[in-house]
Amino acid sequence: MSQATPTLGSVRYRLAPWARIAGLTVCALLTLGPVIWTVSTSLRTPAESFDLPPRIIPAHPSTAAYRGVFDQIDVWLLALNSTLVTALVAAGQMVTAGLAGYAFARLDFRFKRPLFGLVLATMMVPLQVTIVPVFLVLKSMGLTDTLLGLIVPAFPTAFGTFLMRQYFLGMPKDLGEAAMLDGAGPWRIFRSVYAPLATPGLAIVGVLAFNYHWNEFFRPLILETSGQNYTLPLGLVSLQGNLGTGSVSVVLAGVVLSMLPAVAVFLVGQRPLREGITSAGVNR
Amino acid sequence: MTNTQISAGRARSASAPPAVSVRPPARERGTRLLTALFLTPTIVGIVVFTVVPIVGSIVLSFFDWNVIDPPSFAGGANYREIASDSTVLVSFRNTLVFMVLAVALQLVIALSLALTLNGRMPGWLRSVFRSAFFFPLVLSAASISVVMKYLFNQDFGVVNWLIGLFGIAPVPWLTSEHGAMATVIIVYVWQQFGFSFLLFVGGLNNIPKEIHEAAALDGATGPRKHLAITLPLLSPTLLVASVVGIINALQVFEQPYVLTDGGPGDSTRTVVMVIYERAFEQLRFGEASAVGVLLFVLIMAVTAVQFRLSRRFVHYQ
Repeated sequence: MSQATPTLGSVRYRLAPWARIAGLTVCALLTLGPVIWTVSTSLRTPAESFDLPPRIIPAHPSTAAYRGVFDQIDVWLLALNSTLVTALVAAGQMVTAGLAGYAFARLDFRFKRPLFGLVLATMMVPLQVTIVPVFLVLKSMGLTDTLLGLIVPAFPTAFGTFLMRQYFLGMPKDLGEAAMLDGAGPWRIFRSVYAPLATPGLAIVGVLAFNYHWNEFFRPLILETSGQNYTLPLGLVSLQGNLGTGSVSVVLAGVVLSMLPAVAVFLVGQRPLREGITSAGVNR
Repeated sequence: MTNTQISAGRARSASAPPAVSVRPPARERGTRLLTALFLTPTIVGIVVFTVVPIVGSIVLSFFDWNVIDPPSFAGGANYREIASDSTVLVSFRNTLVFMVLAVALQLVIALSLALTLNGRMPGWLRSVFRSAFFFPLVLSAASISVVMKYLFNQDFGVVNWLIGLFGIAPVPWLTSEHGAMATVIIVYVWQQFGFSFLLFVGGLNNIPKEIHEAAALDGATGPRKHLAITLPLLSPTLLVASVVGIINALQVFEQPYVLTDGGPGDSTRTVVMVIYERAFEQLRFGEASAVGVLLFVLIMAVTAVQFRLSRRFVHYQ
């Protein structure tokens, strides 16, 4: 880059890489620091929880905190609830977004433009603005304080529909036309020609849904009133509330356990996640 | 089941003889049915869970309702009430202060990191940094706030120990008004900057290499190059990052709810917290809806202003 012209500026710039990498390392440590502290504190004995400077490698590694979490809250139940909600929402969104996205991209019908405009417009509406009527609708359906009440309203996804429409629009039109000449009906054209090509797009929708709903707090807080329907974030916040500051390692062990699936998805699905996050911004 | 099969079979055999002329309508009917099936889940879902609730919010905001008694028409009473309710007013002020500071901080951090990362370095190192910076995005804001509450503790928290190394006296992060707002902002930005960061990394990748090379030949380097060339070319991304950043910041809830519960006093109570408390703790659904409608109007207004301003400052290639 700047090395092309040996001016004073470029000399200074050439020294920069080390400073740059050092600066980025400090920032990365600050970013990951709280997570590292959480993991290491969850493995320390309560007496060492607040040791300063914080011991990254525990002096007396102990898994007592993890046993403590299982004793004090029903981790399995929370995890099961979270898994059910997240998996069903992710699967549901992939289906609804895949179908509607295909319809908007490849099928012709009346009111296509206004309907798509409606879908786009609802992307602008924050959840918090509609939560009171949504709560009342769910109440009238008898779905408050049930997991279904969290799942069903999350099935339609304006952003996912938009994303899938883009995906299907990006596929060559002649594929479908060739299949039609071979006698394939509209369903077969979708099922055998286009749907298999949409997997990367569906992966983005699924991973984004997982990331959002695994961590979701606002809707569960409002909808789920009895402990048996709590999801992990809700269970953890109430765990902290019940215990005060005494058993910090137990709370942190719970946080670590709840992070594991998100970290797994981060490691395995980093690319669709990154693409999804970026396109979520770019397409707004 | 059998009925449909039979009728389907009959339909097929009936349309069989003049195959050439009848086939297109049958296919068209099939396509129409397919279209309806494909669209129904999304359209019905969006109507029931977004469109109707928006209208419902507006209607409810003119009613008095505590769920137990039947709703009664209140005219503009809810709006008059919240206009003179100090908690509501403070929550709007807090949310705006939070939005300005958090979004500014988020954009500055994300942009500096993206620009720094754009310089020369081994590819593997670049992807390690990139992963680290967006990792917090995959964590739960509520759980991470639980963790941060320990870290920001005035007496035994790691944060005060860390700044103590630089000779700074312990800060009452969660127990003073300014400290609490600062903590909420820091924790929020810590988790969110990765989002803008990813946008900027993408935007920087889209700037053609030749432009940088041409700039280098003209002697533009370092900060001057960034100001004169990179930033204008990045302005569409900046617009998106700030619009989305602002929309998200105006909806902040988890961090203040878990970290400070809106306190001390009302110093970190946000608009969404007020919506939650009015509706689901105090059962004042009309007032909660009125606050929600105002938040919606605020979000729309801020976004409109931004796009208006952007016409002057955003440079499209």
